[in-house]
Amino acid sequence: MDTHDSQSDARPVLEGPDIARVLTRIAHEIVERAKGADDVVLLGIPTRGVFLARRIADKLEQITERKVPCGSLDITMYRDDLRMHPPRALARTEIPGDGIDGRLVVLVDDVLFSGRTIRAALDALNDIGRPRAVQLAVLVDRGHRELPIRADYVGKNLPTSLRETVKVQLAEEDGRDTVLLGAKPAAQ
Amino acid sequence: MSKILIRGAKVLGGEPQDVLIDGGTIAEVGAGLSAEGAEVVEAEGKVLLPGLVDLHTHLREPGREDSETVLTGTRAAASGGYTTVFAMANTFPVADTAGVVEQVWRLGKEHGYCDVQPIGAVTVGLEGRKLAELGAMHESAAGVTVFSDDGKCVHDAVIMRRALEYVKAFGGVVAQHAQEPRLTEGAEMNEGVVSAQLGLGGWPAVAEESIIARDVLLADHVGSRVHICHLSTAGSVEIVRWAKSRGIAVTAEVTPHHLLLTDELVRTYNPVFKVNPPLRTERDVMALREALADGTIDIVATDHAPHPHEDKDCEWAAAAMGMVGLETALSVVQETMVDTGLLDWAGVADRMSFKPAQIGQAKGHGRPVSAGEPANLTLVDTAYRGPVDPAGFASRSRNTPYEGRELPGRVTHTWLRGKATLVDGKLT
Amino acid sequence: MQRHLISAADLTRDDAVLILDTAEEMARVADRPIKKLPTLRGRTIVNLFFEDSTRTRISFEAAEKRLSADVINFSAKGSSVSKGESLKDTAQTLEAMGVDAVVIRHGASGAPYRLANSGWIDAAVVNAGDGTHQHPTQALLDAFTMRRRLIGPDAGIGQDLEGKRITIVGDVLHSRVARSNVDLLHTLGAEVTLVAPPTLMPVGIESWPCEVSYDLDSTLPKSDAVMMLRVQRERMNAAFFPTEREYSRRYGLDGDRMARMPEHAVVMHPGPMVRGMEITAEVADSDRCTVVEQVANGVSIRMAVLYLLLGGNEPAVTQTRTEEK
Repeated sequence: MDTHDSQSDARPVLEGPDIARVLTRIAHEIVERAKGADDVVLLGIPTRGVFLARRIADKLEQITERKVPCGSLDITMYRDDLRMHPPRALARTEIPGDGIDGRLVVLVDDVLFSGRTIRAALDALNDIGRPRAVQLAVLVDRGHRELPIRADYVGKNLPTSLRETVKVQLAEEDGRDTVLLGAKPAAQ
Repeated sequence: MSKILIRGAKVLGGEPQDVLIDGGTIAEVGAGLSAEGAEVVEAEGKVLLPGLVDLHTHLREPGREDSETVLTGTRAAASGGYTTVFAMANTFPVADTAGVVEQVWRLGKEHGYCDVQPIGAVTVGLEGRKLAELGAMHESAAGVTVFSDDGKCVHDAVIMRRALEYVKAFGGVVAQHAQEPRLTEGAEMNEGVVSAQLGLGGWPAVAEESIIARDVLLADHVGSRVHICHLSTAGSVEIVRWAKSRGIAVTAEVTPHHLLLTDELVRTYNPVFKVNPPLRTERDVMALREALADGTIDIVATDHAPHPHEDKDCEWAAAAMGMVGLETALSVVQETMVDTGLLDWAGVADRMSFKPAQIGQAKGHGRPVSAGEPANLTLVDTAYRGPVDPAGFASRSRNTPYEGRELPGRVTHTWLRGKATLVDGKLT
Repeated sequence: MQRHLISAADLTRDDAVLILDTAEEMARVADRPIKKLPTLRGRTIVNLFFEDSTRTRISFEAAEKRLSADVINFSAKGSSVSKGESLKDTAQTLEAMGVDAVVIRHGASGAPYRLANSGWIDAAVVNAGDGTHQHPTQALLDAFTMRRRLIGPDAGIGQDLEGKRITIVGDVLHSRVARSNVDLLHTLGAEVTLVAPPTLMPVGIESWPCEVSYDLDSTLPKSDAVMMLRVQRERMNAAFFPTEREYSRRYGLDGDRMARMPEHAVVMHPGPMVRGMEITAEVADSDRCTVVEQVANGVSIRMAVLYLLLGGNEPAVTQTRTEEK
């Protein structure tokens, strides 16, 4: 993981209030497109997608005055680049009590990049149940897709170069809310 | 046979002298001897020792010629500076009759690299039940004087007593492999801290010490002499020391590997370290060195035990016990005893030539380096230091625990009754 | 982590906690409709069993299959091994078939170590029990069971067993389970007491990082978990103890003795149990006995170990061991 030092030249593209605003917008879009969101299940992809999913769930609850099931989906063991790194520690997969069969699953992640994470998430979902439909919500879409995958809800479209890095920091994990755009460390 | 002049060698580690060999005998020892008519061997800086004598060698022939033969074993002996080896009786068939011992003895004579003195089995088939024909073996051409069931212990106290008594008639000696069999059932290594962790069957020191204690008391009781093979524990040293202080006729040997290696090496589970008796602890090693230095342990004997590769290239439990040793013995003794200041080269000559020849009554061996004596000699480059390379061994087997280990000293020449068997480190 | 899993002593505290945490996630797969992960697709694992052990073999096999590995079962009985083929030749034959990992059970202590360190094969080696030496996945599943019971499945994540008092009772001398558990539990910060008659303790045990006692009754009240080891009846014939009855009376766990344990304390057993010998039916069938859980946890632990050894391009990275060599 990048250290703060290597991010020293990174500039913020979204700050705390911006993030709160786009999450509210995404929540409203979900209610609108899902016609009330009464069968929605939010599944965040660890680590930061889980926090984003919880925040969206809170906002959905404010809008609909109903609890929206929210869980997490670890995709580590479904990755297609497993053989390229040492094995990673696993994160929690937590499927809400009623499961996902016949429901509208909204996957939530922080950054949409190559699309490979979402491909792995779709495989993982497949082993857990059969949703009515699957949608994708991301805080940032930075482009450069390598698979035919697109997001249904996007916080911010951020055109980037491959020499740049996008880093999302959230209060729950990093102590503050921000999205940073920086240069890739030369070593990589 | 022509003359050979060994020039400037430190005889038994002393002042440089010239040694002139004429035929099979040492003609003259002194400074500035004439080289006229003699082949000259420049030996400046090297140490000249009497030919080494090994009281404990496994030549494997007859029966296990895949691991060693009398020819390959005696070539290994010459390579290591030996001019006599005592061949253990645990061959197939067992050397428990005059016929087998004469065969081994003859093969040694024919090959001419090193005298082979067969050891006879104490009991028929090494089974510990019935005395072998000890007298017949003694009277055979091989003239056996040392008897041993080595590999197995003469564990029955009555049989041991009878053997000790019986050999008195012709001045023989029983060499005991001290291992109480019940205490060592399933034994795979020294019993202690390491075996507890590794989960390998323990070979307790007491299994050796209890037999030695019994046998020195038996020897005392019947007025015979007993020789203890490959003594390996600090406790055994104390028992032998006590017995000697009482005037009991006991002699004892230690192997080079028990002077250097400990059971910590077994942590690798590499069967090259599997040997019987097993490698012991650091404390035992230090006690053995001290005992060899003060004479409690009389001699170094190799327990050269060749095994084919496949018997060691396997898991610990399936592996054979034993190590080759003839070609590294002197180096290990230099490392553990000379370079540590515990023993000088005269002491090495005593422990590796004079005394073993005495115990085994090897005629013409273990004699002083002086005029009129048989020219059985070993020349050692003591300044050399290098890694052990089993590929260069003359032995048919390569099961050395020292592969790659740096050791000092290299035997450059060996003469058996004036005939060179090793010249510049190469067998003739 | 190292490339092989030979001994519980090879694991650092962080290695061990990572394995336990990973196993916690693996355990959740067992609750799903499809109990399978694609993680080891295309990897081939051979279960090389020179000793009969149906339960351990099945546990490994279940773990391998849940991770989608290709599994080859090789039992020494009736194979070329019984015709005298060496371990080396057997291993090399298997490697020639493209095996990525060898799970080996062998009656000789050190056989897995030899297999991993002799240059015979390149595959990763997982020790499934060797002689009286080690059985590291058993120790891991035991620690996992203790952590779940004494701390909790979720509360335990990231935790070791600091300060937990574990008593292991029985044939320590012949037990690879005892050796592995002492090593691992010590690494995890637990306080281990071994209880057995002196004849069933190895000489040299004083160097182990644990306490030794000959008195079961005095240790029970101070135990958070009591692990009973199997005691084979044949040991009686080798004079390790006088009679089965005397052994049970002094070292067996019955209802009365269990009542002396703290209320939260659990009873464990690696199985198979000898009822009436080291454990009574009353104890074996009680809620405090974790034997069945241990079996289930075994699959999760083995999945975790296989994932962390084989799931990437090299074993999982944790801190290197600083103490000892």
